[in-house]
Amino acid sequence: MAKSRFDEEIVAGNGLLHRRTMLRGGLLTAGAAGSALAAEKIGDNLPEWMRKPGREFSGYGQPAKAQEGWVRTSANVPGRPKTSSRTPLHMLEGTITPSGLHFERHHNGVPDVDPNRHELIVHGMVKRPLAFSLNTLMRYPKETHVRFLECSGNSGGFGGATPVQAVSGEMNGLLSCSEWTGVKLTTLLDEAGVNPGAKWIIAEGGDADSMSRSVPMAIATDDAMIALYQNGEYLRPEQGFPMRLLLPGIEGNVNVKWLTRLKLVDRPANAKDETSKYTELLPDGKARQFMLVMQVKSAIMRPSFGFDMKGPGLYEISGIAWSGNGKVAKVDVSADGGKTWAQAALTEPVQSKAITRFRLPWKWDGRPSVVMSRATDSSGDVQPMRSSWIRQFAPGQGYHNNSIQCWSVDADGTVKNVYV
Amino acid sequence: MSMSSGHATLVASLLLCASLASAQLNQGRPVSAEELTRLDITILPDGSGLPSGSGSVATGAQVFAQKCQGCHGPNGVGGPFDRLTGGLGSLTTDKPVKTANSYWPSATTIFDYIRRAMPRTAPKSLTNDETYAITAFLLSVDNLVPNDATLDAKSLPVVKMPNQNGFVAWWPKRK
Repeated sequence: MAKSRFDEEIVAGNGLLHRRTMLRGGLLTAGAAGSALAAEKIGDNLPEWMRKPGREFSGYGQPAKAQEGWVRTSANVPGRPKTSSRTPLHMLEGTITPSGLHFERHHNGVPDVDPNRHELIVHGMVKRPLAFSLNTLMRYPKETHVRFLECSGNSGGFGGATPVQAVSGEMNGLLSCSEWTGVKLTTLLDEAGVNPGAKWIIAEGGDADSMSRSVPMAIATDDAMIALYQNGEYLRPEQGFPMRLLLPGIEGNVNVKWLTRLKLVDRPANAKDETSKYTELLPDGKARQFMLVMQVKSAIMRPSFGFDMKGPGLYEISGIAWSGNGKVAKVDVSADGGKTWAQAALTEPVQSKAITRFRLPWKWDGRPSVVMSRATDSSGDVQPMRSSWIRQFAPGQGYHNNSIQCWSVDADGTVKNVYV
Repeated sequence: MSMSSGHATLVASLLLCASLASAQLNQGRPVSAEELTRLDITILPDGSGLPSGSGSVATGAQVFAQKCQGCHGPNGVGGPFDRLTGGLGSLTTDKPVKTANSYWPSATTIFDYIRRAMPRTAPKSLTNDETYAITAFLLSVDNLVPNDATLDAKSLPVVKMPNQNGFVAWWPKRK
């Protein structure tokens, strides 16, 4: 096994190579010597876009034409209203979600908020109830952080009795990651002056649903932000323009969009979305409430359903990992159904509560295989196997599924979702 | 350290405090109590925040048939949207049925959610009286209030929900 770091070094079963192995193409052969006829034009053998002027400048650039079809998808259950749209994670690379592809979850449509008539009111157990407009908040110091947002119902499909055959974006796409800029929530709490005894903040959105959630004060005073910008632009309307609550690592629903009111109180409100929904029924009939932190998780995007392998050879396994507890510490990958594991390379910088890209070279010999990934976070938490995750809950409980996902590769390269 | 230098330190730290305090931007618009009365729709499980008004089961049945049944079905069962009633005792079975009556821990949540978000096509269009009435009707379907009940800010929070002790707070355990 003693090889230089750039040679193929098998480090785990079924052809997993060391994460620092460099995948190289064959040597390029030198081009044929050109003939030099006097009548020859260099354009003769070039594509048309090199032989005519290109398009003019544009005000707001659009994706490449080849990217047509990279769109958010919605599960369409007959007779039921659509409740979300999902990020096509399986098509994307890197770690940042384009703003127009950030997943959407709202409870009665996207409101068209006039920023000149929208205010955030901070009141309740405070010394000075105050209202802040978008323009007012622009006067305050801001912070910028890359953070993921994940709906707690994400990946719920992996709890089903039989594996769903769908692309990873449909299974895992209630997850996105953006660079957010805004005002720290503690800045506004300091302005209002928090009274002793305030333990929770009831956050309310300015949408048709007036969606509201109770936020523990410890989360509000940790790294919470009133986000105003997403990836350098104003928030997209679907993401809460003109302002949203951003609670890094906390289940998506609590990151209230179109934020219009924060009421400091001494107990939670038992709002509809922290009782009826976003609670986890346990085997004994009790339910977990305020399971707020999104737990450590990873998913392989290549290979995955919809991206079949084309014959034996070298491939790069690529996927994403994230944790609401902090940073991704490591991601292990198995290509033999979990018998042996190899550590994947993490794309720097690894940021807290952000999507981290992992990669590992794989020399596939063409035999049927099962690939899976297992993330560990900076708090020491390890992604659980599906069977042990399921045992914690009542039948059909689908929130907070962070269990290990498995893709099988058949001899003909077909990739399927499987349970092991 | 002499007394005078001690004083100087004290004065310096007071000045420092003053300069830190002035770092407050004070850009927020003060909100009056009257304004808050209009805007604050938060209701807590103990009933604080519930408005005046009242509604009976009988009135609620009429309003429900008119404004809610299309989505939720008669008596809150069988519509295209969420089931609201029944399912009592099902939470420990293989097929748990989570409805407002079987699952929600606080009766105040039913009132609060209807008032802020329902009906879906015209949210915030119901009067407080109608909202109390619909809440009373739904609770009566599973005999959580009698058929002749009238609910108001005083009687709603003391309705005993079957699953009121069924929730275990995960926070701040974190793991």
